[in-house]
Amino acid sequence: MRLSPRATTLLVLAVLIALSPLMFPSNFYYRVGSLIFMNGLAVTGMVILIGYAGQISLGHAGFSGIGAYSCAIMPVQWGIHPLLAPLLGAAISALLAWLVGRPILRLKGYYLAVATLGFGILVYMVLMNEAALTGGPDGITVADSGLPDLAEAAGLDLSNSQFWYWMSGLVLLAGAWLALNLYDSPTGRALRALHGSEVAARTVGVDVARYKLQAFVISAVYASVAGSLLALQNKFITPDVAGYMHSIELVTMTVLGGAHSVLGAVFGAAILTMLPQVLTVFAEYEHLLLGLIMMLVMIFLRDGLLPSLMRLIRGKSE
Amino acid sequence: MSDLLRVENLGISFGGLRAVNQVGFSVKPGEILSVIGPNGAGKTTLFNMISGIYMPGDGRVVLNGDDVTGMRPDLLARRGLSRTFQNLQIFQNMTVLDNAIAGYHLTESGSLLADLFRLPGARARVRAAREGAMALLARVGLDRAAETEAGSLSYGKLKRLEIARALALDPKVLLLDEPAAGCNAVETEEIDQMIAEVARSGVAILLVEHDMKMVMRISSHIVVLDHGEKIAEGDPATVSRDPQVISAYLGTEAAEAADA
Amino acid sequence: MPELLQFLFSGLTVGAVYALVALGFTIIYNASDVVNFAQGEFVMLGGMITVFAHAAGLPLLLAAGIAIAATAVIGVALNKLAIEPARGAPVVSLIIITIGASIFLRGVASLVFDKQIHRFPAFSGDAPFRIGGATILPQSLWVIAGGVAVFIALWLFFTRTLTGKAVLATSNNRLAAQLVGINTNWVMTLSFALSAAIGALAGVLATPITNTSYDVGIALALKGFAAAMLGGMGNPKGALVGGILLGILEALTAGYLSSQYKDAAAFIVILLVLFIMPQGLFGARQTERV
Repeated sequence: MRLSPRATTLLVLAVLIALSPLMFPSNFYYRVGSLIFMNGLAVTGMVILIGYAGQISLGHAGFSGIGAYSCAIMPVQWGIHPLLAPLLGAAISALLAWLVGRPILRLKGYYLAVATLGFGILVYMVLMNEAALTGGPDGITVADSGLPDLAEAAGLDLSNSQFWYWMSGLVLLAGAWLALNLYDSPTGRALRALHGSEVAARTVGVDVARYKLQAFVISAVYASVAGSLLALQNKFITPDVAGYMHSIELVTMTVLGGAHSVLGAVFGAAILTMLPQVLTVFAEYEHLLLGLIMMLVMIFLRDGLLPSLMRLIRGKSE
Repeated sequence: MSDLLRVENLGISFGGLRAVNQVGFSVKPGEILSVIGPNGAGKTTLFNMISGIYMPGDGRVVLNGDDVTGMRPDLLARRGLSRTFQNLQIFQNMTVLDNAIAGYHLTESGSLLADLFRLPGARARVRAAREGAMALLARVGLDRAAETEAGSLSYGKLKRLEIARALALDPKVLLLDEPAAGCNAVETEEIDQMIAEVARSGVAILLVEHDMKMVMRISSHIVVLDHGEKIAEGDPATVSRDPQVISAYLGTEAAEAADA
Repeated sequence: MPELLQFLFSGLTVGAVYALVALGFTIIYNASDVVNFAQGEFVMLGGMITVFAHAAGLPLLLAAGIAIAATAVIGVALNKLAIEPARGAPVVSLIIITIGASIFLRGVASLVFDKQIHRFPAFSGDAPFRIGGATILPQSLWVIAGGVAVFIALWLFFTRTLTGKAVLATSNNRLAAQLVGINTNWVMTLSFALSAAIGALAGVLATPITNTSYDVGIALALKGFAAAMLGGMGNPKGALVGGILLGILEALTAGYLSSQYKDAAAFIVILLVLFIMPQGLFGARQTERV
């Protein structure tokens, strides 16, 4: 039987999430794994924005920041239930993306890049400066969500890292499922059409501004949820989660693996997340290598690593 | 029958240069109106104004009795105006089939949530659009290329794909900008027949084409532009005899056609 | 009043730096339609190389000259190694390439130099001039003079020299320029060298006032790009005016509203300008061709 690309992607992801722990030498790898899934989730949102719709954002970490700080601020300062905080954070991110996206997405190319970059920096500045609310540059602790305890009460005996490994793995699967559904849907086709030719998309009736905004809002929600998961697992968060470098990392992960496919982008997220965790020497050269990867991939493997690898494999088998 | 599309005194300037000036004409359902003229006469600019890509400097575009001057192309599409482009605007990043399905956007699209969760309603709409698109591809002879990347198709095939995509909207008015450019004699003949067939079904067609034999063969009416101005108008026989037209444009080609 | 004058002085100073960055953007944008996000790194390199050359015992002027020349070489290398191989790539790819270049240069600078904040002495001492109750540093005058001098030199270059006209011809129509025998590759090399040198000069002039470190480039690139957009992309006069306006705006915001959010205020105004007149103050309106 031949599986659709959509089913194949979901199956591959599910198998990788389920079987990887068999190879983990220590508990530490659950943590690396969960980080990969969280970044993978944010990057899946970027696939919708960059890969489907062909728009760029250099400020999406701003939404991760909102998701993360919602989990830190809402339960402690406003008395909101810890499990509602990620949802409210996602709603705020969506609303903000909608408000910001309406004017910003009229811009194209370089202008859009700079406008989104500016947006991200604004969020970062607020997180840095409004110390009374956010704790400022030193960061802020995140109240326990109570989720791991719930799991334990349900009879699942998991460490914190293990719990968040499975939790973020499930959320990533759900996120991938939605993004893959979107691909071959009317909305996904409209997004890919305006990516290919805005003029032609308009002439077949696509309301270009509306669809760009949808992609922007959806990807913001992905980034926000990823930020929330990170905050809940770490129980501590600093403004860096919303920083410029994090935004750039998200874009780099997306294009490194291949912005046109969910699997490719998650692959990119896995590589860039693992490198600094596994090779500690990498830390010193992090920026240098990140920059180098961005340039090399865009010059030599414009479709990304995974599609290029697949072509190589297919080329050999035929 | 009343006019489906009427263009009144349409004009536009680019940086002081008058690209189109005071051009007017009208098309009825089932008619094929050809706009001809030398390169740079303003034909494509005229199309871009009618289809809402350029905001006209002055004049009016009336579609089905409504003033639609400068209306957004996607809203014009909803009102039944569809077009192709001189220098191909294909969705290169999509398959041939997806390109054709994209033409069904207006009937295919529903709510975002239905799409995200792949609800039965969304799936049914996609299925209907896919069937329609396959039928259209078969009609333009591209059904066997349905799953290939559109970017890898030959120029002539892309031209036909664009026509299929435009037809997917089930338009009342269809603007075709050089549909036969770059096609060989056989392909031109096929496109020719397809256009006539579409017109017979009651669609008003506006055509820009350099292939004079084709224009003379299928047009019900011809408008001649030169330097952005309308210099002549009438049925093919009248226009081809007009001395001003011959001196401005037809001179060489008419002579060639006569020799051939 | 003296307060306002003081803000204007500091605004003019940073504005001149932004103008220099914006001029650098403009040169590359005109020659290649590429917006170089690594432009701010040229400023950083200009400052940092001068700092370390000077600390190694070289006289300041020589250190500055070496910094400018070295940055120009790096600019040319950037073009040859990263921009030229990607010719014809989609804008998104070019954005990622030049941002990659900026992060790469930043990473290299943090390794080759260090992560500390540096400065070197001002050219003409630190005794401020008093004008109308406000003060201005001699180095500020150097910065402003540098901005104006580079603008005039560029204007003369583009209007009075054959080479300059060749650059303009390339920006208008690359193919036509090639047909009339202009070596467009050489024009690109020249543009990157010139742009990098101007960026480095900005770094040399501004470091005694603003200090420098390996990570100052991104903020400068953002401001310089904003200035270029404000003035109208591709227009040198727009770059100069946009830079100075932005600098003054920032200084006024910092002075009267909030120094923490001065970057934000400048940015918001830029966005407003973009939406109200996307072509900027002096830019030409563009029509999409289909």
